[in-house]
Amino acid sequence: MATFKDFRNKVKPNWCPGCGDFSVLAAMQRAFANIGLEPEDVAIVSGIGCSGRISGYVNAYGFHGVHGRALPIAQGLKLANRDLTVVAAGGDGDGFAIGMGHTIHAIRRNVNITYIVMDNQVYGLTKGQTSPRSQIGFKTKSTPNGSIESAISPMEMALTVGAGFVAQSVSSDLKQLTHVIEEGINHQGFSLINVYSPCVTYNKINTYDWFKENLVNLNDVEGYDSSDRGMAMKTLMENNGLVTGIIYQNKESQSYESLIKGFKEEPLAKQDLQISKDQFDKLVAEFM
Amino acid sequence: MKKQLSWKVGGQQGEGIDSAGETLSTALNRKGYYLYGYRHFSSRIKGGHSNTKIRISIEPTRSISDELNILVAFDQETIDLNSHELVKDGIILADAKFNPTVPEGVSARLIAVPFTEIAQEVGMAQMKNMVAVGASAALLGLPVDAFQEVMEERFLRKGQKVVDKNMEAIARGKEFVESESLDLPDYKLEPSDGKKRLYMIGNDAIALGALAAGARLMAAYPITPSSEIMEWLIKRLPEFGGTVVQTEDEIAAITMTIGANYGGVRALTASAGPGLSLMTEAIGLAGMTETPAVIVNTQRGGPSTGLPTKQEQSDVLAMLYSTHGEIPKIVIAPSTAEECFYDTIQAFNLAEEYQCPVIIMSDLALSLGKQTVEPLEYDRIEIQRGKLVTDEEELPELANSELFKRYEFTEDGVSPRVLPGKKYGLHHVTGVEHDETGRPSESPVNRKKMMDKRLAKLKNGINFKEPVFLDTKHEEADLLIIGFNSTRGTIHEAMERLEAEGLKVNHAHIRQLLPFPTEIVAEQVKKAKKVLVVENNATGQLTSLIKMHVGMADKLVYFGKYDGNPFLPSEIYNQCKELLVHGHI
Repeated sequence: MATFKDFRNKVKPNWCPGCGDFSVLAAMQRAFANIGLEPEDVAIVSGIGCSGRISGYVNAYGFHGVHGRALPIAQGLKLANRDLTVVAAGGDGDGFAIGMGHTIHAIRRNVNITYIVMDNQVYGLTKGQTSPRSQIGFKTKSTPNGSIESAISPMEMALTVGAGFVAQSVSSDLKQLTHVIEEGINHQGFSLINVYSPCVTYNKINTYDWFKENLVNLNDVEGYDSSDRGMAMKTLMENNGLVTGIIYQNKESQSYESLIKGFKEEPLAKQDLQISKDQFDKLVAEFM
Repeated sequence: MKKQLSWKVGGQQGEGIDSAGETLSTALNRKGYYLYGYRHFSSRIKGGHSNTKIRISIEPTRSISDELNILVAFDQETIDLNSHELVKDGIILADAKFNPTVPEGVSARLIAVPFTEIAQEVGMAQMKNMVAVGASAALLGLPVDAFQEVMEERFLRKGQKVVDKNMEAIARGKEFVESESLDLPDYKLEPSDGKKRLYMIGNDAIALGALAAGARLMAAYPITPSSEIMEWLIKRLPEFGGTVVQTEDEIAAITMTIGANYGGVRALTASAGPGLSLMTEAIGLAGMTETPAVIVNTQRGGPSTGLPTKQEQSDVLAMLYSTHGEIPKIVIAPSTAEECFYDTIQAFNLAEEYQCPVIIMSDLALSLGKQTVEPLEYDRIEIQRGKLVTDEEELPELANSELFKRYEFTEDGVSPRVLPGKKYGLHHVTGVEHDETGRPSESPVNRKKMMDKRLAKLKNGINFKEPVFLDTKHEEADLLIIGFNSTRGTIHEAMERLEAEGLKVNHAHIRQLLPFPTEIVAEQVKKAKKVLVVENNATGQLTSLIKMHVGMADKLVYFGKYDGNPFLPSEIYNQCKELLVHGHI
């Protein structure tokens, strides 16, 4: 059986020392091993940006696509081969700016994949511009007078559009992070995991210390019930979204694949391409 | 008796016009007549003038005709807009209900048939279109029972009574014309060969071709004139374990297609100009990651939203060049519904053989024009997957954290491809420049080698059957006509007329636009004194392409049409005459 070390490769990440993404990488590798997956069972599809490089740092199949489109690529891959564990990953710009449309529709569609957003509330690879997750007043190279656009609340948004699995964690809590990724992968349907992954270079506000002070672990909230969507929404609003843990899970969720009429258990990619003469004749008869 | 004639039905959109055309043409197809149908419609659901023109012949025909013999009108607007097309002894069958009149200068004969009144007597006003079919059958000399099967197929699920009522409507329409009208021109059709053939639109043939090629997943966003492809496949794919995903936009459609192909299923997407514009970045991703992908572009009137329901061929250069950077890409352009079927199968093979995006470019007239197709041959369905390694045992073992060389440098540039899920196939894929294992690399040496490798794949031509359709019997021709996509039949018809006058005319129809079949085209251009390039666009895109690849610019004359309508045979004929007589147009 594979251990988390089997999911490591020899590539040295080009992230800054102290970047939150290192923990996401480690947590991912641990989660795969804990579930009992082998490297060939896993495919990571990532977007563009610092975090997008993550698919190249895991010893598994990896597809590093174009900016904002990790989700449709990942869904296509999963539909082609439902035996694979498909994880999409990228930054908050990737998922909540350029790719927001796909995020919403991937949630609605509910293909059985896991989406990990490495949320640092700033654009890193382009060297420090505002992100749709930046708080109002946040000063960057593109917002020298401070951001004047309101920040997206991804967890509330996800609940609103019908997500079946919504979780949040932070890079400094490897244990919780590993746990929510495992649960996300095990969930039947689309799972969204937002990870506060501090950018030590361009975000001097939302730092490790800042999160330590401001985040509320849902385990510490008495009576919190992650199957209660209303409670999830209320708790998020009361805490300005700054909570960690599994925020909401619908355990009855049925994946898109399981609802497609005629869709077989055997992956499409393994099925015979040839149709029989008999089948062909029947298809053609329609046009006579 | 007639060897061929044209029939048109028109009225307000939603009035049963399509259904009248379908009924008549299905019956005629089963009798063995060759047909070509073209719909004029607007970008709206109800209301607005709409018509369907069907050419009926005992010989193969792939073009709308200049003339019209029979016009069926459900309103005065239909008569006002279309009667100028009628031949001198043409006939208008119009609903007596609206007191039809014939515009001044039109010599066609008007027969007012109480379509609505008869339909109401039979049981329901909506059946007026079947009364019109019956009235038409009287002129064409078709027996009522020619429609029995069609009516049963359409209405039996609603009960025998509905079938009988519709048959009665047809019979009553026929009786009315037969009893009322004397001295009518003879529009009875000559007997056909009675052979069984198919009658389908290009989009049907593309969809069927995709399924036959083994495509099991389609991701698409609805758009005119490509939606029929997704609609047909969603009906049929479940039987074969596959599905169609209606995505949130065309970017999702193409990237999902790429993800699915990477996963190993044959997947496609289809769209029209606006959608293709959105897809261009991702097409570059497919090129860079060497992922097979089949993309259908059913061209329509551009730019921007343009003329969504009208014919145009103005995406040629965009399809060839619109992605940033330089990638290997194949663009093919079928010109008949039959070719839509076989070329789509080839497109899937090419995509896997060369591991690159393949664009099947069609146009509205080809995608939606309905034409007779000779029986499609099952034995011609061949599936080739190129260098796909399917046998796990062929893969050499990988040491710990070593990767499979998905982008291995090879002589022909094509690397072995392995699908995710294989133990010794682990590799990375990225749109960033990469090394043989797919890991990002900025090394100038690797960069050059990788660019050369990718571009080498198509450098020596591709394995596409019949890159140019040639009807070129003259060693020295007065004129060569070049076209692509739906103009094939129209050019053929113009050519036949010119030939009948003793002129030597060759016809080359380009079916492979990228890589451009330079040698084949050059040879034909050399053999001709003049060359007319016929294209439905305003800037002569194909003409430019030929000039760029073939040269001999002084021989080339561009003839364009971009008013939203397909060429008529007479338009091409007249331009050819002009060119031959005056040396220019």
